[in-house]
Amino acid sequence: MDFNDTPEEAKFRAEAREWLSANAKPKDPSKVKASVSQKSEAERLVRAKEWQAKKAEAGYAAITWPTEYGGLGGTPIQSVIYSQEESKFDVPGGFFEIGLGMCIPTMMKWATKEQCDRYVKPALFGEEIWCQLFSEPAAGSDVAGLRTKCEKDGDEWVINGQKVWTSGAHFCDYGIIVTRSDPTVPKHKGLTFFFLDMKTPGIEIRPIKQISGGSGFNEVFFNDVRVPDSQRLGDVGEGWKVSLTTLMNERLAIGQGSGVDYEELLKLARETELENGPAIKDSNVREKLADWYVQSQGLKYTKFRTLTALSKGQVPGPESSIGKIVSGPKMQDLAGFAMDIQGQGGVMQDTEESPMAGAFQNQWIGAAGYRIAGGTDEILRNIVSEQVLGLPQDIRVDKNVPFNELPGAGGKK
Amino acid sequence: MNFDFSDDQKMLKDQARRFLADKCSYDDVRTVLESDDSHHDGVWNGLCELGFAGAAIPEEFGGLGLGALELCVIAEELGRAAAPVPFSSSIYMFAEALKLGASDVQKAAWLPRIASGEIIGTLATAEGTQAPSPRTVKASFSGGTLNGRKLPVPDGETASVAVVLANTGGAGEQALSLVLVDLNQDGVTRSAVSTIDPTRGHAEINFDNAAAELIGDEGDGWAMLKRVEAGAAVLMAFEQVGGAQAALDMAKEYALDRYAFGRQIGSYQAIKHRLADMYVKLELAKSNAYYGAMILSEDGAELELAAASARISATEAYRFAAQECIQVHGGIGFTWEANPQFHYRRSKLLALALGSASRWKDRLVAELEKSNVA
Repeated sequence: MDFNDTPEEAKFRAEAREWLSANAKPKDPSKVKASVSQKSEAERLVRAKEWQAKKAEAGYAAITWPTEYGGLGGTPIQSVIYSQEESKFDVPGGFFEIGLGMCIPTMMKWATKEQCDRYVKPALFGEEIWCQLFSEPAAGSDVAGLRTKCEKDGDEWVINGQKVWTSGAHFCDYGIIVTRSDPTVPKHKGLTFFFLDMKTPGIEIRPIKQISGGSGFNEVFFNDVRVPDSQRLGDVGEGWKVSLTTLMNERLAIGQGSGVDYEELLKLARETELENGPAIKDSNVREKLADWYVQSQGLKYTKFRTLTALSKGQVPGPESSIGKIVSGPKMQDLAGFAMDIQGQGGVMQDTEESPMAGAFQNQWIGAAGYRIAGGTDEILRNIVSEQVLGLPQDIRVDKNVPFNELPGAGGKK
Repeated sequence: MNFDFSDDQKMLKDQARRFLADKCSYDDVRTVLESDDSHHDGVWNGLCELGFAGAAIPEEFGGLGLGALELCVIAEELGRAAAPVPFSSSIYMFAEALKLGASDVQKAAWLPRIASGEIIGTLATAEGTQAPSPRTVKASFSGGTLNGRKLPVPDGETASVAVVLANTGGAGEQALSLVLVDLNQDGVTRSAVSTIDPTRGHAEINFDNAAAELIGDEGDGWAMLKRVEAGAAVLMAFEQVGGAQAALDMAKEYALDRYAFGRQIGSYQAIKHRLADMYVKLELAKSNAYYGAMILSEDGAELELAAASARISATEAYRFAAQECIQVHGGIGFTWEANPQFHYRRSKLLALALGSASRWKDRLVAELEKSNVA
């Protein structure tokens, strides 16, 4: 067993590293992890677009995509290697992941060649940004229960309704949207999928304020929004099938977790005095420190098992499905415990007075949302138990019922 | 990235699995549970005939000269079957202690018969319920003789030879030494001790001026023991992973077969989520065990940390899977005739065999402090 690259992988890594060194600044290790950037979103967006264009020029923006669309036609392991190398550099991110990770792959599978020629490269180069309009106030975990409707009118469709939790809608140019074209059939059968211009008249975007204070996502209202039929992806009524393409792409990311972890907790424990001495000498603290170290290592080595399969060109096993189930609660509990170590002072969320400029407090608040976003803890457990362990699905009371006859859905109380 | 066992090692694992599936069913485990036997002769002899006992013993001492990775895959299968055999005592503890600290003369005197399975060895450290340490160990060795009382000693009744942790009078951590004792002599008396896992025999051993000899240097016992325990922790972690998987599989099968309120109980979220949690803990443990295997096979400097991680992770995975396996089975899971009890018992035995997880968490943090992480 070893953690070494194959000769081909080592060559790719060295090239990526060389390119990054020539084009970006290495991260400053003394900078506080997980601190909130001081720059405004607008400033960060400008920097992010510049970096994205650079990456795309070199072929590193979407390594596994075909070369005709600006990718390198590379392998999943190369994509991971590039990400590993890039994570050591101080480069802006957070704007293109949804578009390039979910929206454009959906376009590449379901749009026409002409549409791909028009839209894929600009997205890759950061010129146009995409968002995903799926969730609604009445449809999150049960996204197929969505209510936003579309009605055919000549060559166009008219969309009315509301989407929620739409990350980045306020700076996006295009979006993919799934809507209900037929409420008289069971929910999965009556959906139709489109892509649309976010500047289309009738679209109103309102930021949602999170308990963390930020507004990364939005409500998006649709008032008689007209979309040409040429922007429909898949057949009328095939919207769910198209959605599955989008949702499957969510699973493939093997990202590095960010945020405060056991290293920061260890440092805090060394530097904080409890009643009987430094926290690091307290057996309660030691026990918890060990637990989180062991969990972190477990997650890290689970990723390595997945990488081993990718390196061999094999399909990875299902072990990576445990990632968010573990990391979400861990983020919350570890940060909360770090605050406990700070005692009464732990209530402060002050960049001057709080250890690590309040990173523990920030993470404790943010983690409450992380356990819900992108698949709740509970849904993820359903997925593991059904798709990995083969246990039967729960009874679906709405399975064969026309959507407009469901309680609370189509208007029936 | 090559974080996996080799094809040869996977074949060995497969061989072990097929043998145990054939010769070590739960009914076979039950025969040991329901008798006074310390282990299952048929299973143990079969494993030895396949060369497994000698897998990691050097060829010059009658073994196959393979390594830790081979032992790990065997261990996982032993754990899956909850095999009632003295493998851990003889191989992870006794043989490894000799490989670490004994002279070639001592190795030649004992290892060949251990490798063939002709005799069983064990490691005797505990003296009741006080944690054995330089402060507390009372068994003493001087002038070539050993006096004292050790219990519980795994496979203490059927072992022919033991490595014993004894006080040799030094200061602080230098107080302890490891000594090699032939258990078939007048000065050694032993009797069976009852434990929560009767499928693995344990004994009380009394030493009354028993002849013994040092392994390694006087005063090095504590340090040597820590190293032996680290290796054994990794190997036991694989047994724990195998056992946790077996418990999960058993619970899943039951959840698919059992109907209540008109549907399979495996379709209820309380059961599904419980099994998902078992799976999550198991995969974390497996990954940590793999890392332990890698470091053990390289005798890497990080062994104490890697072993502690593997043990803590695997102990939790097996604990949870075994107890929730009974829970998923409902009433029938608590009956003598059913099989969940084997994993419930074995999970606790393995959780305590090298000292509890709490102690290992302290060991882990001590290593983190030393390496000054952060």
